Amino acid sequence: MYKILSKKNLRDGTTMMEIDAPHVAKKAQAGQFIIFRVDKFGERVPLTIAGVSDAGVRIVFDSAGASTAMLANLDAGDFIQDFVGPLGKATHLNKDAKRICVVCGGVGSAAALPIAKAYFELGGVHVDIIASFKGAEFVILEEDMRAVSHELYMMTDDGSYGEQGFVTGKLAELIESGAAYDEVITIGAPIMMKFVAQTTKPYGIKTVASMNPIMIDGTGMCGCCRVSVGGKMLFACVEGPEFDAHEIDFDSLMKRNTYYMSEEQKSRESCRLIWGWGQ
Amino acid sequence: MSGSGVNKSPKKVDMPVLDGKKRATNFREVSLGYTAEMAMVEAARCLNCVHKPCVAGCPVNVQIPEFIMKVKEGDFAEAYEIVTATNSLPAMCGRVCPQENQCEALCVRCRNGESVGIGRLERFVADWAMENLCRLEYLSDSLAGKKVAVVGAGPAGLTCAADLTRLGVKVTIFEALHDVGGVLQYGIPEFRLPKAVVAHEIDNLRRLGVKIRLNVVVGRSISVDELLEGHDAVFLGTGAGLPSFMGIEGENLLGVYSANEWLTRINLLNAYDKNYDTPLKGAKHVAVIGGGNVAMDAARCAKRVGAENVTIVYRRTENEMPARLEEIHHAKEEGIIFKLLTNPVRILGDESGLVNGLECVEMEMGEVDASGRRGAAPKSGSNFVMEADAVVVAIGTSPNPLVASSAADLETTRKGTVVADENMRTTKAKVFAGGDIVSGAATVINAMGQGKVAAAAIAEYLRE
Repeated sequence: MYKILSKKNLRDGTTMMEIDAPHVAKKAQAGQFIIFRVDKFGERVPLTIAGVSDAGVRIVFDSAGASTAMLANLDAGDFIQDFVGPLGKATHLNKDAKRICVVCGGVGSAAALPIAKAYFELGGVHVDIIASFKGAEFVILEEDMRAVSHELYMMTDDGSYGEQGFVTGKLAELIESGAAYDEVITIGAPIMMKFVAQTTKPYGIKTVASMNPIMIDGTGMCGCCRVSVGGKMLFACVEGPEFDAHEIDFDSLMKRNTYYMSEEQKSRESCRLIWGWGQ
Repeated sequence: MSGSGVNKSPKKVDMPVLDGKKRATNFREVSLGYTAEMAMVEAARCLNCVHKPCVAGCPVNVQIPEFIMKVKEGDFAEAYEIVTATNSLPAMCGRVCPQENQCEALCVRCRNGESVGIGRLERFVADWAMENLCRLEYLSDSLAGKKVAVVGAGPAGLTCAADLTRLGVKVTIFEALHDVGGVLQYGIPEFRLPKAVVAHEIDNLRRLGVKIRLNVVVGRSISVDELLEGHDAVFLGTGAGLPSFMGIEGENLLGVYSANEWLTRINLLNAYDKNYDTPLKGAKHVAVIGGGNVAMDAARCAKRVGAENVTIVYRRTENEMPARLEEIHHAKEEGIIFKLLTNPVRILGDESGLVNGLECVEMEMGEVDASGRRGAAPKSGSNFVMEADAVVVAIGTSPNPLVASSAADLETTRKGTVVADENMRTTKAKVFAGGDIVSGAATVINAMGQGKVAAAAIAEYLRE
C-alpha cells in the first residue's frame, strides 16, 4: 500500500498528488513514468512522473476514466494498492544543445515539467516552453512551467487566456523568427504531437515525442504498448516512452488508443465509486 | 488390493475431469484430482524399482518411488515430507509439469502399458497436505545470518528462495508485478492452475520467512549492484517475458494481442470478471497462432470469455506441436478448432483499424531441417482468408532485457539470455541466474530445476 501524501485540485477535473514512494523518487529521472492501481479490482494505469521530492512522487492526471476518477476521489492520508516505477527510459538530454523548445498541452504540461527542468538546470541551454490549453479554465501549472523556462508561451484554443492559436503556429513563428532549436520535445495528446512533428520536419529539427499508449505491465511483457517507429515495432514501456517524432506512426497510435473507448464509457457510467461493485 | 501387492493394470487410474462442453464456459479447474482411494490404487502400480529410473527424469530430484510407497501405505503425511524434501512447490508441479516427457517417460511400466501416474500422485499428496495443513519444514539452519536477494517471483525464483530459506538464509524476493508467481500467475489460467493453489504454496514460503517485495522493477527501481550492497548473493530469475510477433502486415491492428497480453488481462487482472476494472473486448472469432502450451491456454481462455469459434492456427502437424498431449486433448474436448499446416501471412482490418480477418497459406511438410524438426513450406496459390475479430499471437517469448541491460559485467548471448555455467553462476561475481532468462522460453519445471541448482551453488558459495 502506498500513502497519498498530499492532494491538490489544479482545476475542476485535474488533480495533483504526491505519493509516498521514496524508492521511486530516488531513482526517477525526467521522462520516466509510473504505473498505479487504486485497489485490487483496479486496472494498471501508467502516468508520466511530474516531479519528485525526498519522500514522494508527484503525479498529475485528468479524471478521464474509472481508475483516474477513483484516484481523484481519494484524499491525502488515504492509500492506494500499487505504485511501481520509475519505468521507461529517461529523457536523453542533449548536453550540447544551445536552445530547446518543450511543446506541451493540457495535462501533458505536468509531464513536461521534469524534462524542461532537467534542461534548465544544465545551465547553458535556453529553454522555451509552448503550452496549450483549451481555454482559461483549463490552465494548470503556469508558475511551475515559468520557473523552469526562459520563455513561456501560453496558448489557448479560444483565446480566453494567453495568445489564441495552436502550438504549431507558435512553434513555426518562433522558428521562422530565428529561434535555432537544437531539439524540440513534445508531450501531450497524440494529435498535437503529430502536428508538432510535421511542423519541425521541414526545418530538420530533431524532435522527440513522449508516447502514452495503452499499457499493462510496463516492463516489456505484454506488448500492448507497441508503437511503429520508422517501420519497426517498438515497446514504449521499455524502449521508450520517448521516440523520434519524425519516425512515429501517430495514426496507428491514435487508433490503438481508442480501442477501449466504449468500455471506458461504460465503466464511467457504472463506476464503482457511485454504484459499488458486484451489482 | 493389499498394501504390498502390485496393481498389474496396464492403465493409469483415470483422473476425474469436468465435462468438456460444460467447463468451457467457466474458469473452474478442469482436472479434479484423485481421491485417497484412487491414489492408493494408482500407487500400487509402482514397482518400487531399485534403480529408480524416474528420479533421473525429475529436474528437482523428487524421490519418486519412496513417496509413492508411502501413498500406497496410506501415509500421506510422510509422502508429503518426502516430496517436499526436494520440491517446495508440489501442488503446482503436480499440475503443470510435462511428466510424460520427464519422470513418467522413464517409468518401467511404460514398456508394457502406461507409466505410473507420478504427476497425479504428486498432486494428490500436495492437495492432501494443503487440506490437512501440513507445512514446509526447515532442513537446517546452517546458513543462518546470510542474506540473498532473488529477482522475480516466478518458478525459478520461488524454488531458489524456498531451498535457501530452508537452510536458514534470509531471502527477499523482488517482484516487478503487483502479485506473485510470475507465469504461474499471469500466464497459466485458473482452470489449469487455480490461483488459490499458487497463493497457498507461496504462503508456505512466507511462513518460512521468505520476504516478498512487490512492485519493484530491478533494473529500474533498484540495480543489481545496489542489491549486492545489502545481500551476500543475488539470483536472477526474471524469465522470458518479451513477446515475439510474426512481423507480418496488420499486427498493429486493434484486436491483435500477444498471448502475454491476452492471458495477463484474463489471469492477472481478472478482466473476465465484471467486478474488476480491466477491460476485455468481446470477440466472436478468435484465431490463436502457435502450437505450444501457451497457445492452448490462450485458446481455452478465449472460449471461456465467450468466443463462438476459437481456432488454433499452426504451421506444422499435430505431431510437431510443442504443447502437452493432455492440453491438446482438453482443448479439443472444449471445442477448439485445429487448423493445422496453416501459416498466417497477413492480418486484415477494416477502415477503423479493427481486425476482420486472417489471411493464411496452406503448408506442406518437408525434410528434417538442421534443428531436427521437419520443415514446413507454403503451397503456392493456397491463400485463403479466415474470419477473425481477434488474433492472439502465441509464437514464443524472448528474455526480458531490463535487468541484464542495467548490470554491467553480466554477460549475455546474442539471443539476450544471461550466460551461466552448469552451477548457474553468471559472469558477474555473487550473481546467479536460472530459468527462462538463462535457457530461453522453456517449461516451469525446467525453471524450477535451475532455481534449485542455483540454490545449491549459492549455498556452497555462502559456506566458503
